[in-house]
Amino acid sequence: MQHPAFEEVSFQHHTDDAEFKRRVRKTTILLSIITIIELVIGLTIYTIHKGENPNHTLVLMFKGMVCILTLAKAYYIVSVFMHLGDEIRNMIMTIVVPLMLFIWFIAAFIWDGNSYKNLRNKYDKHFEETTMPKQHHKVDEHPAEIKTGKE
Amino acid sequence: MSTTATTHQTKWWSGGKSPFNLEYGKLMMWYFLMSDAFTFGAFLISYGSIRFSQNFWPDPNVVFNAFPGAGHANLPLAFVSVMTFILIISSVTMVLAVHAGHKGDKQGVIKWLAWTIVGGIAFLSCQAWEWHHLITGEHAVLVDGKLDIIGQTMGGNPWGQLVEDQAALTAALNNTSHDTLIQLVHSHDHTHSMEQLAAMSDTELKGMVNFAEMHIREKGPIAFGGYFFGITGFHGFHVFSGVIINIVMLIMTQKNVFQNRGHYLMIEKAGLYWHFVDLVWVFVFLCFYLI
Repeated sequence: MQHPAFEEVSFQHHTDDAEFKRRVRKTTILLSIITIIELVIGLTIYTIHKGENPNHTLVLMFKGMVCILTLAKAYYIVSVFMHLGDEIRNMIMTIVVPLMLFIWFIAAFIWDGNSYKNLRNKYDKHFEETTMPKQHHKVDEHPAEIKTGKE
Repeated sequence: MSTTATTHQTKWWSGGKSPFNLEYGKLMMWYFLMSDAFTFGAFLISYGSIRFSQNFWPDPNVVFNAFPGAGHANLPLAFVSVMTFILIISSVTMVLAVHAGHKGDKQGVIKWLAWTIVGGIAFLSCQAWEWHHLITGEHAVLVDGKLDIIGQTMGGNPWGQLVEDQAALTAALNNTSHDTLIQLVHSHDHTHSMEQLAAMSDTELKGMVNFAEMHIREKGPIAFGGYFFGITGFHGFHVFSGVIINIVMLIMTQKNVFQNRGHYLMIEKAGLYWHFVDLVWVFVFLCFYLI
Protein backbone atom coordinates (compact mmCIF):
# COMPACT_ATOMS: atom_id res chain seq x y z
CA MET A 1 0.00 0.00 0.00
CA GLN A 2 1.24 3.48 -0.85
CA HIS A 3 1.42 6.25 1.73
CA PRO A 4 0.51 9.42 -0.20
CA ALA A 5 1.01 11.59 2.88
CA PHE A 6 4.55 10.36 3.41
CA GLU A 7 6.47 10.63 0.18
CA GLU A 8 9.79 10.56 2.00
CA VAL A 9 9.13 6.91 2.85
CA SER A 10 10.26 5.49 -0.46
CA PHE A 11 10.73 1.81 0.16
CA GLN A 12 7.78 -0.38 1.06
CA HIS A 13 7.94 -3.75 2.77
CA HIS A 14 6.00 -6.21 0.70
CA THR A 15 4.77 -8.75 3.18
CA ASP A 16 2.96 -11.66 1.69
CA ASP A 17 -0.21 -12.49 3.64
CA ALA A 18 0.46 -16.22 4.07
CA GLU A 19 4.12 -15.56 4.95
CA PHE A 20 3.07 -12.97 7.56
CA LYS A 21 0.52 -15.30 9.19
CA ARG A 22 3.10 -18.08 9.34
CA ARG A 23 5.59 -15.76 11.03
CA VAL A 24 3.11 -14.46 13.60
CA ARG A 25 1.96 -17.99 14.43
CA LYS A 26 5.55 -19.17 14.80
CA THR A 27 6.45 -16.26 17.09
CA THR A 28 3.34 -16.71 19.24
CA ILE A 29 4.11 -20.40 19.73
CA LEU A 30 7.75 -19.58 20.51
CA LEU A 31 6.80 -16.95 23.10
CA SER A 32 4.30 -19.33 24.72
CA ILE A 33 6.80 -22.18 24.87
CA ILE A 34 9.49 -19.95 26.39
CA THR A 35 7.00 -18.67 28.98
CA ILE A 36 6.01 -22.24 29.89
CA ILE A 37 9.68 -23.20 30.28
CA GLU A 38 10.16 -20.15 32.51
CA LEU A 39 7.21 -21.20 34.66
CA VAL A 40 8.58 -24.75 34.95
CA ILE A 41 11.96 -23.35 36.06
CA GLY A 42 10.16 -21.05 38.53
CA LEU A 43 8.38 -24.04 40.06
CA THR A 44 11.65 -25.99 40.12
CA ILE A 45 13.26 -23.16 42.10
CA TYR A 46 10.26 -23.25 44.44
CA THR A 47 10.69 -26.99 45.03
CA ILE A 48 14.43 -26.59 45.64
CA HIS A 49 13.71 -23.83 48.18
CA LYS A 50 11.20 -26.03 49.99
CA GLY A 51 13.74 -28.82 50.42
CA GLU A 52 15.88 -29.40 53.50
CA ASN A 53 19.20 -28.09 52.15
CA PRO A 54 18.59 -25.80 49.18
CA ASN A 55 21.44 -25.93 46.68
CA HIS A 56 22.14 -22.22 46.14
CA THR A 57 24.42 -22.72 43.13
CA LEU A 58 21.69 -24.70 41.37
CA VAL A 59 19.11 -22.01 42.16
CA LEU A 60 21.45 -19.32 40.81
CA MET A 61 21.97 -21.36 37.64
CA PHE A 62 18.21 -21.69 37.09
CA LYS A 63 17.76 -17.96 37.68
CA GLY A 64 20.43 -17.24 35.07
CA MET A 65 18.60 -19.50 32.62
CA VAL A 66 15.35 -17.61 33.19
CA CYS A 67 17.16 -14.31 32.52
CA ILE A 68 18.50 -15.62 29.20
CA LEU A 69 15.04 -16.92 28.19
CA THR A 70 13.55 -13.50 29.03
CA LEU A 71 16.08 -11.81 26.76
CA ALA A 72 15.09 -14.23 23.99
CA LYS A 73 11.44 -13.28 24.51
CA ALA A 74 12.31 -9.59 24.40
CA TYR A 75 14.21 -10.17 21.13
CA TYR A 76 11.23 -11.85 19.46
CA ILE A 77 8.75 -9.19 20.63
CA VAL A 78 10.92 -6.31 19.40
CA SER A 79 12.12 -7.93 16.21
CA VAL A 80 8.91 -9.54 14.96
CA PHE A 81 5.94 -7.90 16.71
CA MET A 82 7.41 -4.39 16.63
CA HIS A 83 8.95 -5.05 13.18
CA LEU A 84 12.30 -3.58 14.21
CA GLY A 85 13.96 -6.47 12.40
CA ASP A 86 12.36 -5.26 9.13
CA GLU A 87 13.66 -1.69 9.41
CA ILE A 88 16.87 -0.56 7.72
CA ARG A 89 20.13 -1.11 9.53
CA ASN A 90 20.87 2.55 10.33
CA MET A 91 17.53 2.91 12.09
CA ILE A 92 18.01 -0.32 14.10
CA MET A 93 21.42 0.93 15.27
CA THR A 94 20.04 4.24 16.61
CA ILE A 95 17.75 2.18 18.89
CA VAL A 96 20.02 -0.71 19.82
CA VAL A 97 23.33 1.10 20.40
CA PRO A 98 22.02 3.45 23.15
CA LEU A 99 20.49 0.42 24.89
CA MET A 100 24.03 -0.93 25.33
CA LEU A 101 24.21 1.48 28.27
CA PHE A 102 22.18 -1.11 30.18
CA ILE A 103 25.19 -3.42 30.32
CA TRP A 104 27.06 -0.94 32.51
CA PHE A 105 23.87 0.21 34.24
CA ILE A 106 22.92 -3.26 35.50
CA ALA A 107 26.45 -4.40 36.38
CA ALA A 108 27.40 -1.20 38.23
CA PHE A 109 24.29 -0.94 40.38
CA ILE A 110 24.05 -4.62 41.28
CA TRP A 111 27.74 -4.50 42.20
CA ASP A 112 27.12 -1.41 44.31
CA GLY A 113 24.19 -2.99 46.17
CA ASN A 114 26.23 -6.09 46.87
CA SER A 115 29.20 -4.06 48.12
CA TYR A 116 26.90 -2.10 50.46
CA LYS A 117 25.61 -5.37 51.91
CA ASN A 118 29.14 -6.67 52.51
CA LEU A 119 30.22 -3.43 54.19
CA ARG A 120 27.16 -3.41 56.43
CA ASN A 121 27.67 -7.03 57.46
CA LYS A 122 31.27 -6.20 58.30
CA TYR A 123 30.73 -3.02 60.29
CA ASP A 124 27.10 -3.27 61.49
CA LYS A 125 26.88 -6.54 63.41
CA HIS A 126 23.31 -5.77 64.52
CA PHE A 127 22.24 -5.66 60.86
CA GLU A 128 23.90 -8.99 60.19
CA GLU A 129 22.41 -10.71 63.26
CA THR A 130 18.86 -9.48 62.67
CA THR A 131 18.63 -10.04 58.92
CA MET A 132 20.88 -12.99 58.00
CA PRO A 133 18.73 -16.02 57.07
CA LYS A 134 18.73 -18.70 59.76
CA GLN A 135 19.86 -21.48 57.38
CA HIS A 136 23.40 -20.13 57.58
CA HIS A 137 23.52 -20.80 61.32
CA LYS A 138 22.05 -24.25 60.85
CA VAL A 139 25.01 -25.29 58.71
CA ASP A 140 27.32 -24.59 61.65
CA GLU A 141 25.09 -26.45 64.09
CA HIS A 142 24.81 -29.64 62.07
CA PRO A 143 28.33 -31.06 62.68
CA ALA A 144 27.87 -30.54 66.45
CA GLU A 145 24.60 -32.49 66.40
CA ILE A 146 26.16 -35.40 64.56
CA LYS A 147 28.93 -35.55 67.16
CA THR A 148 26.55 -35.66 70.13
CA GLY A 149 24.54 -38.35 68.35
CA LYS A 150 27.59 -40.59 68.09
CA GLU A 151 28.55 -40.19 71.71
CA MET B 1 28.55 -2.12 -13.36
CA SER B 2 27.77 1.28 -11.93
CA THR B 3 24.14 0.98 -13.07
CA THR B 4 23.64 -2.32 -11.24
CA ALA B 5 25.07 -0.74 -8.10
CA THR B 6 22.59 2.15 -8.16
CA THR B 7 19.56 -0.06 -8.72
CA HIS B 8 20.48 -2.39 -5.88
CA GLN B 9 21.64 0.17 -3.34
CA THR B 10 19.43 3.05 -2.23
CA LYS B 11 21.29 6.25 -1.32
CA TRP B 12 19.47 6.97 1.93
CA TRP B 13 21.33 10.21 2.70
CA SER B 14 21.10 11.88 -0.71
CA GLY B 15 18.03 13.90 0.34
CA GLY B 16 14.39 13.91 -0.69
CA LYS B 17 13.55 10.90 1.44
CA SER B 18 13.68 9.72 5.01
CA PRO B 19 17.16 8.28 5.67
CA PHE B 20 15.56 5.82 8.08
CA ASN B 21 12.73 4.99 5.70
CA LEU B 22 10.20 5.86 8.41
CA GLU B 23 7.73 8.67 8.78
CA TYR B 24 8.40 11.20 11.53
CA GLY B 25 5.71 10.03 13.98
CA LYS B 26 6.79 6.41 13.97
CA LEU B 27 10.46 7.28 14.40
CA MET B 28 9.64 9.56 17.33
CA MET B 29 7.50 6.81 18.88
CA TRP B 30 10.59 4.58 18.74
CA TYR B 31 12.71 7.19 20.48
CA PHE B 32 10.04 7.77 23.10
CA LEU B 33 9.88 4.04 23.77
CA MET B 34 13.67 3.92 24.07
CA SER B 35 13.58 6.64 26.72
CA ASP B 36 10.71 4.86 28.47
CA ALA B 37 12.80 1.69 28.45
CA PHE B 38 15.46 3.59 30.39
CA THR B 39 12.85 4.80 32.89
CA PHE B 40 11.61 1.26 33.52
CA GLY B 41 15.17 -0.01 33.44
CA ALA B 42 16.20 2.48 36.11
CA PHE B 43 13.31 1.39 38.34
CA LEU B 44 14.08 -2.30 37.95
CA ILE B 45 17.82 -1.80 38.40
CA SER B 46 17.20 0.23 41.55
CA TYR B 47 15.06 -2.66 42.80
CA GLY B 48 17.90 -5.05 42.00
CA SER B 49 20.41 -2.82 43.75
CA ILE B 50 18.34 -2.72 46.96
CA ARG B 51 17.70 -6.43 46.73
CA PHE B 52 21.43 -7.18 46.51
CA SER B 53 22.05 -4.94 49.53
CA GLN B 54 19.87 -7.15 51.75
CA ASN B 55 20.76 -10.42 53.46
CA PHE B 56 17.18 -11.60 53.17
CA TRP B 57 14.64 -11.00 50.43
CA PRO B 58 11.09 -12.44 50.26
CA ASP B 59 10.61 -15.55 48.12
CA PRO B 60 8.16 -14.62 45.32
CA ASN B 61 6.54 -18.05 45.59
CA VAL B 62 5.54 -17.23 49.17
CA VAL B 63 4.19 -13.79 48.26
CA PHE B 64 2.34 -14.55 45.03
CA ASN B 65 0.58 -17.85 45.61
CA ALA B 66 -3.09 -16.91 45.49
CA PHE B 67 -5.65 -17.44 42.76
CA PRO B 68 -9.11 -15.83 42.57
CA GLY B 69 -11.74 -18.18 43.96
CA ALA B 70 -9.16 -20.69 45.22
CA GLY B 71 -9.27 -19.47 48.82
CA HIS B 72 -6.08 -20.20 50.75
CA ALA B 73 -4.78 -22.82 48.32
CA ASN B 74 -1.03 -22.53 47.72
CA LEU B 75 -0.68 -21.94 43.97
CA PRO B 76 2.63 -20.22 43.26
CA LEU B 77 3.04 -18.62 39.80
CA ALA B 78 -0.46 -19.66 38.70
CA PHE B 79 -2.19 -16.28 38.59
CA VAL B 80 0.77 -14.37 37.19
CA SER B 81 1.08 -16.87 34.34
CA VAL B 82 -2.55 -16.15 33.45
CA MET B 83 -1.70 -12.41 33.41
CA THR B 84 1.38 -13.03 31.26
CA PHE B 85 -0.56 -15.07 28.70
CA ILE B 86 -3.31 -12.44 28.55
CA LEU B 87 -0.69 -9.82 27.65
CA ILE B 88 1.04 -12.06 25.08
CA ILE B 89 -2.26 -12.85 23.37
CA SER B 90 -3.29 -9.18 23.33
CA SER B 91 0.08 -8.41 21.73
CA VAL B 92 -0.69 -10.96 18.99
CA THR B 93 -4.12 -9.44 18.32
CA MET B 94 -2.41 -6.04 18.05
CA VAL B 95 -0.01 -7.40 15.41
CA LEU B 96 -3.04 -8.62 13.47
CA ALA B 97 -4.73 -5.19 13.80
CA VAL B 98 -1.60 -3.48 12.43
CA HIS B 99 -1.46 -5.99 9.57
CA ALA B 100 -5.13 -5.40 8.74
CA GLY B 101 -4.30 -1.68 8.67
CA HIS B 102 -1.50 -2.34 6.16
CA LYS B 103 -4.04 -3.88 3.83
CA GLY B 104 -6.55 -1.06 4.44
CA ASP B 105 -8.99 -3.60 5.87
CA LYS B 106 -11.20 -1.46 8.14
CA GLN B 107 -13.29 -4.32 9.53
CA GLY B 108 -10.18 -6.31 10.34
CA VAL B 109 -8.65 -3.36 12.23
CA ILE B 110 -11.86 -2.89 14.23
CA LYS B 111 -12.11 -6.59 15.09
CA TRP B 112 -8.50 -7.05 16.25
CA LEU B 113 -8.31 -3.69 18.04
CA ALA B 114 -11.43 -4.59 20.00
CA TRP B 115 -9.85 -7.89 21.09
CA THR B 116 -6.68 -6.05 22.11
CA ILE B 117 -8.75 -3.70 24.27
CA VAL B 118 -10.50 -6.68 25.86
CA GLY B 119 -7.09 -8.20 26.66
CA GLY B 120 -5.87 -4.93 28.18
CA ILE B 121 -8.93 -4.58 30.39
CA ALA B 122 -8.63 -8.24 31.46
CA PHE B 123 -5.00 -7.65 32.45
CA LEU B 124 -5.89 -4.52 34.44
CA SER B 125 -8.66 -6.41 36.24
CA CYS B 126 -6.21 -9.16 37.18
CA GLN B 127 -3.80 -6.57 38.53
CA ALA B 128 -6.57 -4.87 40.52
CA TRP B 129 -7.47 -8.21 42.09
CA GLU B 130 -3.85 -8.96 42.92
CA TRP B 131 -3.22 -5.58 44.53
CA HIS B 132 -6.44 -5.84 46.53
CA HIS B 133 -5.50 -9.33 47.67
CA LEU B 134 -2.03 -8.23 48.79
CA ILE B 135 -3.17 -5.07 50.58
CA THR B 136 -6.10 -6.63 52.43
CA GLY B 137 -4.34 -9.95 53.12
CA GLU B 138 -4.24 -10.99 56.78
CA HIS B 139 -0.90 -12.53 57.78
CA ALA B 140 0.39 -13.06 61.32
CA VAL B 141 3.78 -11.44 61.96
CA LEU B 142 6.04 -11.22 64.99
CA VAL B 143 6.93 -7.55 65.49
CA ASP B 144 8.74 -6.15 68.56
CA GLY B 145 7.80 -9.07 70.79
CA LYS B 146 4.13 -9.13 69.90
CA LEU B 147 1.99 -10.70 67.22
CA ASP B 148 0.25 -8.57 64.64
CA ILE B 149 -1.92 -9.17 61.60
CA ILE B 150 -0.88 -7.19 58.51
CA GLY B 151 -1.09 -7.17 54.71
CA GLN B 152 1.44 -5.95 52.17
CA THR B 153 1.51 -2.14 52.00
CA MET B 154 4.10 0.58 51.39
CA GLY B 155 4.67 0.72 55.16
CA GLY B 156 5.46 -2.93 55.72
CA ASN B 157 4.87 -6.48 54.61
CA PRO B 158 4.51 -9.88 56.25
CA TRP B 159 7.12 -11.63 54.04
CA GLY B 160 10.05 -11.86 56.46
CA GLN B 161 11.77 -15.01 57.67
CA LEU B 162 9.77 -17.81 59.27
CA VAL B 163 9.89 -17.68 63.07
CA GLU B 164 10.99 -21.10 64.30
CA ASP B 165 11.55 -20.12 67.92
CA GLN B 166 8.36 -21.46 69.59
CA ALA B 167 9.28 -19.95 72.97
CA ALA B 168 9.45 -16.45 71.45
CA LEU B 169 6.01 -16.94 69.89
CA THR B 170 4.45 -18.13 73.15
CA ALA B 171 6.00 -15.18 74.99
CA ALA B 172 4.72 -12.82 72.30
CA LEU B 173 1.14 -13.96 72.95
CA ASN B 174 1.19 -12.10 76.30
CA ASN B 175 1.77 -8.78 74.52
CA THR B 176 -0.74 -9.45 71.75
CA SER B 177 -3.98 -7.48 71.62
CA HIS B 178 -7.41 -9.08 72.12
CA ASP B 179 -8.48 -8.39 68.53
CA THR B 180 -5.35 -9.99 67.09
CA LEU B 181 -5.83 -13.05 69.32
CA ILE B 182 -9.37 -13.45 67.99
CA GLN B 183 -8.10 -13.31 64.39
CA LEU B 184 -5.25 -15.71 65.12
CA VAL B 185 -7.60 -18.32 66.57
CA HIS B 186 -10.17 -17.71 63.84
CA SER B 187 -7.57 -18.36 61.11
CA HIS B 188 -7.40 -22.08 61.98
CA ASP B 189 -10.34 -22.74 64.35
CA HIS B 190 -13.56 -23.00 62.39
CA THR B 191 -15.75 -24.39 65.16
CA HIS B 192 -16.34 -20.98 66.76
CA SER B 193 -17.80 -17.86 65.17
CA MET B 194 -16.06 -14.48 65.46
CA GLU B 195 -18.72 -13.41 68.00
CA GLN B 196 -18.13 -16.45 70.21
CA LEU B 197 -14.38 -15.86 70.10
CA ALA B 198 -14.83 -12.16 70.91
CA ALA B 199 -16.69 -13.09 74.09
CA MET B 200 -13.79 -15.23 75.35
CA SER B 201 -11.07 -14.01 77.68
CA ASP B 202 -7.49 -13.48 76.55
CA THR B 203 -6.31 -16.51 78.57
CA GLU B 204 -8.84 -18.79 76.87
CA LEU B 205 -7.87 -17.48 73.44
CA LYS B 206 -4.15 -17.91 74.11
CA GLY B 207 -4.79 -21.56 74.95
CA MET B 208 -6.54 -22.06 71.61
CA VAL B 209 -3.78 -20.59 69.42
CA ASN B 210 -2.09 -23.40 67.55
CA PHE B 211 1.25 -22.28 66.10
CA ALA B 212 1.71 -25.53 64.20
CA GLU B 213 -1.10 -24.50 61.84
CA MET B 214 0.31 -21.02 61.20
CA HIS B 215 3.37 -19.82 59.35
CA ILE B 216 4.33 -16.85 61.44
CA ARG B 217 6.99 -14.66 59.87
CA GLU B 218 8.91 -11.56 60.77
CA LYS B 219 8.28 -8.35 58.87
CA GLY B 220 9.96 -8.37 55.45
CA PRO B 221 12.29 -5.71 53.99
CA ILE B 222 10.25 -2.51 53.92
CA ALA B 223 11.38 -1.64 50.38
CA PHE B 224 9.64 -4.71 48.94
CA GLY B 225 6.13 -3.23 49.05
CA GLY B 226 7.15 0.14 47.65
CA TYR B 227 9.04 -1.38 44.74
CA PHE B 228 6.30 -3.87 43.94
CA PHE B 229 3.47 -1.34 43.98
CA GLY B 230 5.62 1.35 42.36
CA ILE B 231 6.85 -0.68 39.41
CA THR B 232 3.75 -2.78 38.74
CA GLY B 233 1.71 0.40 39.25
CA PHE B 234 3.79 2.31 36.71
CA HIS B 235 3.44 -0.59 34.31
CA GLY B 236 -0.30 -0.79 35.01
CA PHE B 237 -0.53 2.92 34.24
CA HIS B 238 1.11 2.23 30.87
CA VAL B 239 -1.38 -0.56 30.19
CA PHE B 240 -4.21 1.78 31.16
CA SER B 241 -3.02 4.55 28.84
CA GLY B 242 -2.47 1.93 26.12
CA VAL B 243 -6.10 0.82 26.47
CA ILE B 244 -7.24 4.47 26.23
CA ILE B 245 -5.09 5.01 23.10
CA ASN B 246 -6.51 1.84 21.55
CA ILE B 247 -10.07 2.94 22.31
CA VAL B 248 -9.37 6.29 20.62
CA MET B 249 -7.91 4.42 17.62
CA LEU B 250 -10.99 2.20 17.49
CA ILE B 251 -13.34 5.20 17.44
CA MET B 252 -11.23 6.96 14.77
CA THR B 253 -11.25 3.80 12.62
CA GLN B 254 -14.99 3.51 12.96
CA LYS B 255 -15.41 7.17 11.95
CA ASN B 256 -13.37 6.47 8.76
CA VAL B 257 -10.62 8.93 9.77
CA PHE B 258 -7.85 6.60 8.60
CA GLN B 259 -9.73 5.45 5.52
CA ASN B 260 -10.11 9.06 4.40
CA ARG B 261 -6.46 9.71 5.19
CA GLY B 262 -5.49 6.80 2.97
CA HIS B 263 -3.32 4.97 5.49
CA TYR B 264 -3.51 3.35 8.94
CA LEU B 265 -0.10 4.50 10.21
CA MET B 266 -1.61 5.67 13.51
CA ILE B 267 -2.52 2.06 14.28
CA GLU B 268 1.16 1.15 13.79
CA LYS B 269 2.25 3.77 16.34
CA ALA B 270 -0.37 2.62 18.85
CA GLY B 271 0.78 -0.93 18.13
CA LEU B 272 4.40 -0.07 18.93
CA TYR B 273 3.31 1.38 22.27
CA TRP B 274 1.20 -1.67 23.07
CA HIS B 275 4.01 -4.11 22.27
CA PHE B 276 6.33 -2.08 24.46
CA VAL B 277 3.91 -2.53 27.36
CA ASP B 278 4.08 -6.29 26.77
CA LEU B 279 7.88 -6.08 26.56
CA VAL B 280 8.13 -4.31 29.91
CA TRP B 281 5.86 -6.90 31.51
CA VAL B 282 8.28 -9.63 30.39
CA PHE B 283 10.94 -7.97 32.56
CA VAL B 284 8.62 -7.14 35.47
CA PHE B 285 7.54 -10.79 35.42
CA LEU B 286 11.19 -11.85 35.53
CA CYS B 287 12.28 -9.50 38.33
CA PHE B 288 9.32 -9.81 40.69
CA TYR B 289 7.84 -13.25 40.11
CA LEU B 290 10.53 -15.54 38.77
CA ILE B 291 13.87 -14.70 40.36
